[in-house]
Amino acid sequence: MTQVLEPETRQTPPAQPTATRRNRLTGGRVLHAYTWLVIAWLTLPVLIMILFGFNDTPGRYNQTWEGFTLKWYGRVFELDELTRALVTSLLVALATMLIAGALGTGIGYALGRYRFRGSGVLNLVMFAAISSPELVMGASLLTLFVSLGVGLGAVTITIAHVMFSISFVAVLVRARVLTLDRSIEEAAADLGANPWTTFWRITFPMILPAVGSGMMLAFALSIDDFVVTNFTAGTTTTFPLWIWGSTRVGLPPQVNVMGTLIFLAGVLIAVAASIRSRPRRRV
Amino acid sequence: MLRRRLAPYLLVLPGGLWLLLFFVVPMVTMLSLSLQEGDVVTGYVFTGHWQTYADAIVNYRTQLVRSLAYGAVTTLILIVLAFPVAYWIAFYAGRRKATYLFLLLLPFFVSFVLRTISWRQILTDDGMVLGPLKHLGLLSSSAHILGTPAAVIGGLAYNFLPFMVLPIYVALERIDPRVVEAARDLYADPATAFRKVIFPLALPGVFAGVLMTFVPASSDYVNSAVLGSSSTTMIGQVIQSQYLTSSNYPTASALSFTLMAVLLIGVFAYARALGTEDVMKVAAR
Repeated sequence: MTQVLEPETRQTPPAQPTATRRNRLTGGRVLHAYTWLVIAWLTLPVLIMILFGFNDTPGRYNQTWEGFTLKWYGRVFELDELTRALVTSLLVALATMLIAGALGTGIGYALGRYRFRGSGVLNLVMFAAISSPELVMGASLLTLFVSLGVGLGAVTITIAHVMFSISFVAVLVRARVLTLDRSIEEAAADLGANPWTTFWRITFPMILPAVGSGMMLAFALSIDDFVVTNFTAGTTTTFPLWIWGSTRVGLPPQVNVMGTLIFLAGVLIAVAASIRSRPRRRV
Repeated sequence: MLRRRLAPYLLVLPGGLWLLLFFVVPMVTMLSLSLQEGDVVTGYVFTGHWQTYADAIVNYRTQLVRSLAYGAVTTLILIVLAFPVAYWIAFYAGRRKATYLFLLLLPFFVSFVLRTISWRQILTDDGMVLGPLKHLGLLSSSAHILGTPAAVIGGLAYNFLPFMVLPIYVALERIDPRVVEAARDLYADPATAFRKVIFPLALPGVFAGVLMTFVPASSDYVNSAVLGSSSTTMIGQVIQSQYLTSSNYPTASALSFTLMAVLLIGVFAYARALGTEDVMKVAAR
């Protein structure tokens, strides 16, 4: 709650000698310019990717600018294997989002609300899962699947993605549950609501923003994952795996177009979500 | 009442089982496999063969040390690059803080592999950066960036920068401005106030950032494979090819486990010094 006050206290600087104040302002301008420089550096490869989706290149070689065209947007789904890889990626991400969303919410809610035996171990395992190198997680899952003789494919990819996403969802949900005012739920109980009704009518709507952002994060982690997927995919290809496989041959412009479309969809969803949650945040 | 006591266990059960089966068990399987002998065709027998570790570490010590060095250099560069950005957003961006953080995260909507490949296109020998410079005679025609350690470290720094900015930002954002004002009232000049008040308070964020960048950077193999050459091979590439190309599972497992052990010892040392809760909170942002 103190955070609500902070911006205001910060906006009124204490009376300072003008010279120092001018220094402070110049310092601020330099840092401002520097921040934009860093943002430009971060965005440059994305812009190049978008730009080369409009490149009028004759074939697969898409390295030099040949002129503007929109033709690749009409021919996005021309490469069957690439399209199939994208569909696999989307399906895996969707399944990951739903499964990790449900399982992670369960853990996050329990950790935020109850004190129980084993919560320490659970926290430790989640911490290890968040901080372990992806490479090692992928490699160890491959070891397990190989020693069990499990065939690799979309199912094993989903298993792996859910595994590394659960902890992120749980941490977000737990943080939200810890901030809840319990008296609201107690009021519902006092008015005769049973625990089940209280949860679904009162608690769940309050933790929904966290569940939603956890699920979005799970989707994003899954659709972008390369390292763990590379170990658990077998002969199945996802979008990042297809790109990886064809880097040596050269990336067709369709990849740029798909990358651009995914980028735009992600930005739109994020902007929409932040606009929706804004009024709530101001309370 | 019993149902109430069971509730947390029931909630935790499915997710906990998933983590147990697909995170903890695989780690144990991998540890066990690293101590087995045999091959894919005839199967593996547990022999407690620690020699695999010794051989793997001796054979790939160059790549192992190189990965840790690249990871460390990347992390140091990131602290220097990220701190001013986090500082400006936390103290100067005012109501636009969220917008700037969003801009920093924007590239994440494009696949990690695709962004790295995009860098290769930008930095290629006669591409949009080196081409014009060579054309103007500012660089010799044999000058190149790709294939050098600088390209790999640059790629790593590029890919993990937001993971350093965010935790430092979170730590700076929590600083009560009155503390800084108090320092100024007590005649600390801006530099001293920064050195004695702001920087120490930002350290937990720096630590969390180190944790979130050093581990993935040292174990990465995409940047080195796309932007590097055979002289920049990192341990991740070795592990990947031992697993997926040579199917040399015991050696690959031993290497993974060594990497994991080295990195996690560091991580847990940090976590102990800071408290897990704090790190997890920052990790979740």
